[in-house]
Amino acid sequence: MIGIDTIVFFMFAALTVFAALRVITARNPVHAALFLVLAFFSMAGIWILLEAEFLAITLVLVYVGAVMVLFLFVVMMLDINIEKLREGFWKWFPVGILLAGAMVFEMVWVVGSNQTASTAVGAVKHAADYSNTKELGRLIYTDYVYPFELAAVILLVAIVAAIALTLRARRSSKKQNPSDQIRVKAKDRIRIVAMPSAKKVASQTDVSKAS
Amino acid sequence: MMEAQILQLLQWALNLVGLWESVWGLIAPAWPVIWILIKIVVIVAPIMVGVAYLTFVERKVLGYMQDRIGPNRVGPFGLLQPLADGIKLLMKELIIPSGSNKFLFVLAPVLALAPALAAWAVVPFAEGMALANVNAGLLYILSMTSLGVYGIIIAGWASNSKYAFLGAIRSAAQIVSYELAMGFALVCVLLAAQSMNLSDIVRGQQNGHGLLGWYFIPLFPMFVVYFIAGVAETNRAPFDLAEDESVIVAGFHTEYSGMGFALFFLAEYANMILIAALTSVLFLGGWLPPLDIAPFNEIPGLFWMLGKMSFILFLFLWLRATFPRYRYDQLMRLGWKVLIPLTLVWVVVVATWMQTPFWLW
Repeated sequence: MIGIDTIVFFMFAALTVFAALRVITARNPVHAALFLVLAFFSMAGIWILLEAEFLAITLVLVYVGAVMVLFLFVVMMLDINIEKLREGFWKWFPVGILLAGAMVFEMVWVVGSNQTASTAVGAVKHAADYSNTKELGRLIYTDYVYPFELAAVILLVAIVAAIALTLRARRSSKKQNPSDQIRVKAKDRIRIVAMPSAKKVASQTDVSKAS
Repeated sequence: MMEAQILQLLQWALNLVGLWESVWGLIAPAWPVIWILIKIVVIVAPIMVGVAYLTFVERKVLGYMQDRIGPNRVGPFGLLQPLADGIKLLMKELIIPSGSNKFLFVLAPVLALAPALAAWAVVPFAEGMALANVNAGLLYILSMTSLGVYGIIIAGWASNSKYAFLGAIRSAAQIVSYELAMGFALVCVLLAAQSMNLSDIVRGQQNGHGLLGWYFIPLFPMFVVYFIAGVAETNRAPFDLAEDESVIVAGFHTEYSGMGFALFFLAEYANMILIAALTSVLFLGGWLPPLDIAPFNEIPGLFWMLGKMSFILFLFLWLRATFPRYRYDQLMRLGWKVLIPLTLVWVVVVATWMQTPFWLW
């Protein structure tokens, strides 16, 4: 008897594989990016089945909600010539197959062998009040606090480096200083000069005679 | 509880015609699914009516604020105006631009509306009144609201039009920027409530002192930041740069007509109502009465919730009538240089404050 869990799992798994294949075969880069979004989504579905709801929702939030949006943003702006990218596909095909084969071998070796059997833990069912998020937070901030902090520092360095590498001060660009603009008062901009509103024009009578 | 009552009612009604046994035999295996579908309809139908009448209220409020009357021709006080608008949009021809990507062009409005409705799954309307009582509810909400931007970007790209594309790019940058401020404001609420379950967050604000126990008091800056980020995320004035009519025609939905346009419209207003619901749940005590004494706590929680939502929605309309539109660089400056630093500081302040005896919530 196949449980509903298994059916849902295979549905999501098939969807993930299909979407992942379309990412590399789609001719249009925007379509490829959207298929990657679909792959993330179905992967999140599989994680939900494993009761890893924190990771699943974070995957959607971070990768689908932010990273892929920026990715799409860039892909849409660039005019990518897909034919040029496909040049030399068959030349590099054997290398690709070799790499893919090595990766498949490694995965099967790690997940499937007896020596590393402890890494292949079956999903344990938990009670409804079990909070995945709380457990994860507890582990990160107690048992694994140093690796976690280290990863955070490395990410920070990467952020600073990325900004430093792309920051080029253009001398020609004009800037505004909004706080100066806000702080400005009326008397900084205009000067009101007191002067009589009307003066007697001496030659008025002459002008009227001339007309 | 309610499920059993409805089943009894159904049984009584079907017994009158003597069909209960045969009908129940058919639907019993699928009953949990049917029950969830019933709940979805009970939530979505009022939202759709709410959206329709929010457009009407918006036009009326804007009208009165600008010393006009607003719509008053269709039906008594113009009350049938949303219906007339809906029928008009349904009857209009759907035009698909010739250079557009047809599949994505049609898909985009669906992608805009679906997350706006999906997020409602975890919103509690009253004690125990939520479609799904999810432990990671707040994260779910955050991830669903961040998906709405796909409809906008895809619409802008698939239209094959300059104005639509510019609108889409503006919107993508805006939503990604304001999501950070929104996320940090939510982190403060998480800290205060020590839970991500929306129902637990409301219960955390219940300490017998009425509105003094609500989180908008200790988290007042976050309340303001969340509301501003909410206005920006829904592309509402004064942050409606994605559909800036004086610069880029109608922004990302320039090329849409008829129901395609209507779906974007529905999505925007459904998102507004969602932000209003979330603001009331997170900061204004959800279904809790403002004073925990006799005449107030007799009123069902649902009415308090709806009252708070209406107040927030009125704020949305008030903002639109009051402020001129932001310039794009001003918008980015406000998001990155004002709101995000403010929220970062307040996270630390709240976390420290909670360790002291002065934390009363």
